[in-house]
Amino acid sequence: MSNTAEKTKYRSKHKSEIAGKVAIYLILLLITAAMVVPFLWMLSASIKSNREVFLMDPFEWIPKEPKWDNYIKIWTKIPLLKFVQNTVFLTIVVTCLQLVTSSFAAYSFAKLEFKHKNALFMAYIATIAMPWQVYMVPQFIMMRAMGLNDRLLAMICLQAFSAFGVFLMKQFYEGIPSELCEAARIDGMSEYRIYAKIMLPLSKPALSTLTIFTFVNTWNDYLGPLIYLKTETKKTIQLGLKMFIGQYSAEYGLIMAGSVVSLIPVIIVFLCLQKYFVEGVASTGLKG
Amino acid sequence: MRTAAEGICGFIGDRHETLKGNNVHHAGSIYSIGNGDRKGRGLGMDGKKQTKVEKMEVQSAELMQKIRVESDQKEKQKLIAQRERIQRKVTALRNDRVVSRETKRDMVAYSFIAPNFIGFAVFTLVPIAFAFALAFMNWDGSNEITFVGLQNFAKLPQDTFFVAALKNTIVYVIGTVPLTMIASLALAIVLNQKIVARGFFRTVAFFPYVASLVAITAVWSMIFHPSKGPINYILYSVFGVPQENLPKWFSGNLVLLTLILFSVWKYMGYYMVIYLAGLQGISAELYEAGSLDGAGTWQKFKYITWPQLRSTTFFVVVMLTINCFKVYDIGV
Repeated sequence: MSNTAEKTKYRSKHKSEIAGKVAIYLILLLITAAMVVPFLWMLSASIKSNREVFLMDPFEWIPKEPKWDNYIKIWTKIPLLKFVQNTVFLTIVVTCLQLVTSSFAAYSFAKLEFKHKNALFMAYIATIAMPWQVYMVPQFIMMRAMGLNDRLLAMICLQAFSAFGVFLMKQFYEGIPSELCEAARIDGMSEYRIYAKIMLPLSKPALSTLTIFTFVNTWNDYLGPLIYLKTETKKTIQLGLKMFIGQYSAEYGLIMAGSVVSLIPVIIVFLCLQKYFVEGVASTGLKG
Repeated sequence: MRTAAEGICGFIGDRHETLKGNNVHHAGSIYSIGNGDRKGRGLGMDGKKQTKVEKMEVQSAELMQKIRVESDQKEKQKLIAQRERIQRKVTALRNDRVVSRETKRDMVAYSFIAPNFIGFAVFTLVPIAFAFALAFMNWDGSNEITFVGLQNFAKLPQDTFFVAALKNTIVYVIGTVPLTMIASLALAIVLNQKIVARGFFRTVAFFPYVASLVAITAVWSMIFHPSKGPINYILYSVFGVPQENLPKWFSGNLVLLTLILFSVWKYMGYYMVIYLAGLQGISAELYEAGSLDGAGTWQKFKYITWPQLRSTTFFVVVMLTINCFKVYDIGV
């Protein structure tokens, strides 16, 4: 008697567990759909003609005659290749500079003792929360006076030395035991070699995280290039895309094809490095 | 009554003092050896240097006296540090080193910081200082700058654009912050469990964050197109909303709602990752203990997860609020 009662109890518990699982998966699927559908729609629209893009009855993800030539046309309608070249150049230079200089400075903040350390670090911290909009006008006036207006160099100077990178790397380095450095120091290693041989190899998650953030931010930056870059041959892909949308606002298929092209690099970088990403965020104290 | 922490501090302080005492004593003994040494090498030192060293030695002896009689712990620490500094200089001079070990160490540290700091100072710190200074000035960009004090701030409330913008921003912040926080926390909790294809779901949730604003605003403006977009089509054909009542997503009051939805969608994944990192920092033992005491899912969340995530939530809310006030690009 009691045995069967227990069994039903067990079974109902089992049942409610299954129901819970199902509910979780349903919610997840819904959220995932909300996240992915706009991108799928973008992909689908990029191979449609303008008439088909908004055709809902019948709606097809892949049209009967996919217009692949949308992807060829966008390169000829605007100088997209030039824009891509500029953006690739900018992004690579900025990301490399950011990685090298931030991890360099962060090592000093995390593992060395020196005068005015706290004051210098406060200077970094205080600006992290500062919206760029607060100082972009004085910055522009200053850059113009330095003759950097309308040059790609201006964008590099603006984006390569961020407080965020130093903060992120410093938090990560503080998690690495100081004993490692001490031991190396006693063995007569110079600080530069400790940085290169011990700290850098250990900081892959943080470096990946910083790479993702810097790459994505530089690639996707719109406001910065909008303010600084005026000549058409110097524009970046985001500006080009916006320009395209402005000029051919009814060419929906082409706009979507351009958008897809502009997304591909960030998605590749993200997918390659995302395995370190959660770990990186967890260990860099970004969580506060 | 002394608290436990105070007691420990006191203990450490005492210990520190005795250690320092030893140190001082030790330094004293080196000192005497040093004296002998100096007599031996006396010729190597020019008179100027010697008087300098002697002067410093007198100083350090004076400080030593002070340290002996000083009763306040903090003052004592300060004096000890001061004396150590002088002592180091003396050793540096005596060993004929131009730069002391201290300065050398500082130089190495600065050389690490310099590449980043110079760029940062020139392109960020200076403009920020400039911006703050300009807030109290009157300047049209070309003519002379004049100081006007708080006048600029007094003018702000009379500016209709500013007031309207401030109002919109506040509504936007109030709408976005709690929504994003709840959504990202919920998603993080779900994705922290053992489920199939967890990595896939995590990656997908993060997707909108890495996508460029220009591209996805283009998509959103098509999907939410008032007359042709699929969202309104579904509202019309599936939910039977009459044609004239279909929402015009990008005009009137509704535009703020669209913006809020948009930013929750875009930034949810980022804060989810931060929450995930926070969740992984909670030790599993707490949940085990909870299970043993018979806590249900909700109780576990309320008494373990939520309190443990307090600092993460604080960070998320602060960052969200800052980013909301920064919002500009979306509006373009």
